[in-house]
Amino acid sequence: MRQPEFPVRGSDTAHAFGWGLLVASALIAAISVGSRGLKDFDPALVSYAGASVFAAFGIGYRYSMWLRRPPTRMYWYRGWQLFMKPQHLLGNIMHLASIFWNNIFLQRFIEKRSRMRWTAHWFLAWGCLLAAAVTFPLSFGWVRFETARDNQEIYSAFMFGIPVGSFRLGTVVAELTFNILDIAAVMVLIGVFFAFWRRGRDRDARSVQQFSNDLMPLILLFAISITGLFLTASTHLMHGLHYVFLSQLHAITVIFTLLYLPFGKFFHIFQRPAQLGVDFYKKAGAEGEQAFCARCGEAYGSRMQMEDLKAVQAEIGIRYQMADGTHYQDVCPPCRRKNLALAQDGLWKAHGMDVRGMGKEL
Amino acid sequence: MSEAAFFIDHSRCIGCQSCLQACAECDTHRGVSMIHLETIQRSDSVQTAPQVCMHCEDPICARVCPADAIKKTPDGVVQSSLKPRCIGCSNCVVSCPFGVPKYRAEIDQMMKCDMCYDRSSVGKKPMCATVCPSGALTFTTMEDIQRTRSGIPINTWKFGNEVVKTRVYVMVPREVEQVNVDLVQISSTPTALQDDPYDVALMLEDAQ
Repeated sequence: MRQPEFPVRGSDTAHAFGWGLLVASALIAAISVGSRGLKDFDPALVSYAGASVFAAFGIGYRYSMWLRRPPTRMYWYRGWQLFMKPQHLLGNIMHLASIFWNNIFLQRFIEKRSRMRWTAHWFLAWGCLLAAAVTFPLSFGWVRFETARDNQEIYSAFMFGIPVGSFRLGTVVAELTFNILDIAAVMVLIGVFFAFWRRGRDRDARSVQQFSNDLMPLILLFAISITGLFLTASTHLMHGLHYVFLSQLHAITVIFTLLYLPFGKFFHIFQRPAQLGVDFYKKAGAEGEQAFCARCGEAYGSRMQMEDLKAVQAEIGIRYQMADGTHYQDVCPPCRRKNLALAQDGLWKAHGMDVRGMGKEL
Repeated sequence: MSEAAFFIDHSRCIGCQSCLQACAECDTHRGVSMIHLETIQRSDSVQTAPQVCMHCEDPICARVCPADAIKKTPDGVVQSSLKPRCIGCSNCVVSCPFGVPKYRAEIDQMMKCDMCYDRSSVGKKPMCATVCPSGALTFTTMEDIQRTRSGIPINTWKFGNEVVKTRVYVMVPREVEQVNVDLVQISSTPTALQDDPYDVALMLEDAQ
């Protein structure tokens, strides 16, 4: 039996636990260093930071578990091998930028699935990422704002304690900065509206959707966004009415979502970039040697993928070796289908029946 | 009376393509037909063969999926890949012993026959079985199939050393307990056939 090219050693759980601890520790260290020994850390946001550390542990744990699966492991290592090839590295980086723009920023492949789905997903994804880009650095003490010492009308922004810019109150920049989370919340609410609209009407979605996996994430995002907007409304429209209660309610929704992040549908945010790696794998496969079907002789995929699959199959106990020394993996999908019909036909003939199965002696 | 199950009898297929058309009507994959219809040009006659997903008990497509994107519902139906997870690698397409999954490059996702889950999950027949006029594709009870057919339904397959049990059955002679799939070579490949403008097989392929 062939040895795995990328062997897995030790216990899955222990390994994943170790990675979870490592990622969580790295985040704690980054918070400590980035906030200059907690000097810039805002104690009011400690519950957000704590939930983020737990989420970091969960993401590290689950990602490690995911990479322990032989097919995932094979793509992970092979993808990096192909990407890092010195003679192709520059071209690969250019190609990465192109597929990142199309697949991650514009999400074109989702647009081709349906406009409604794309609209929902694009607003949800970029609303969430915009909010995350603001709230995580604030919660970790990496970014802080303060008024200039000599002018109460000027606000200065600091990143890791280094001044990165300032703006005057009442300007467009100031309004955008102070309301960026409201903008993100509105983007998320637009996405949530389209997503619920589609899920309520689409008979495909209605037949397979699950509450915990498909509806719960939307409910959580709705709760975060709406309670966040309530805070703005309380401040600007209601003279701070129930602000403390609303801020606690908002914190609960955010913390619950952070705790849910590694275990539910949101994990695809971390899984999805693998699509970029597979693109390099497919590109290298198309440019390399092809696999030819043992039955019809036609090319049906890359030789690299078929050989990698045989290794993965051996590792997970799929035994496609045929009695005559051939391997079923070397047969193309159309020939497999034809072969099944011919095999059934052959059974009827072998048992002295006609192929229509009418029990007539041949 | 047992629950309804899916039965295939390749030898009954008359190549009418009703299943292909009906499949595309299903709400879970609107406008895209998930069923395969193969045309096999044998030396003595043409055979057409429909292939739906066999819904394996331990699906090989799911086992080789790097994204863990292929899931089976509690009632044993293997679904198309989960849209948020599928990374479009095609491992499932080239690993499935029955050659069922289809990779759709334009949406970068694997889709497959899901037994018309919007219908079968509420007790209706899948579209292909609803329209098949010859009984090549049948969705009925075990009692009914045994009463009306001369063969028996079996769901155990052997591909090399790999034994696969499926939720979908195939009709075979009564003496057979499992289908041992060896490579069946036929001499009459399309290139070996004489160029005949009235060749039914070629007409069927053109129509597709």
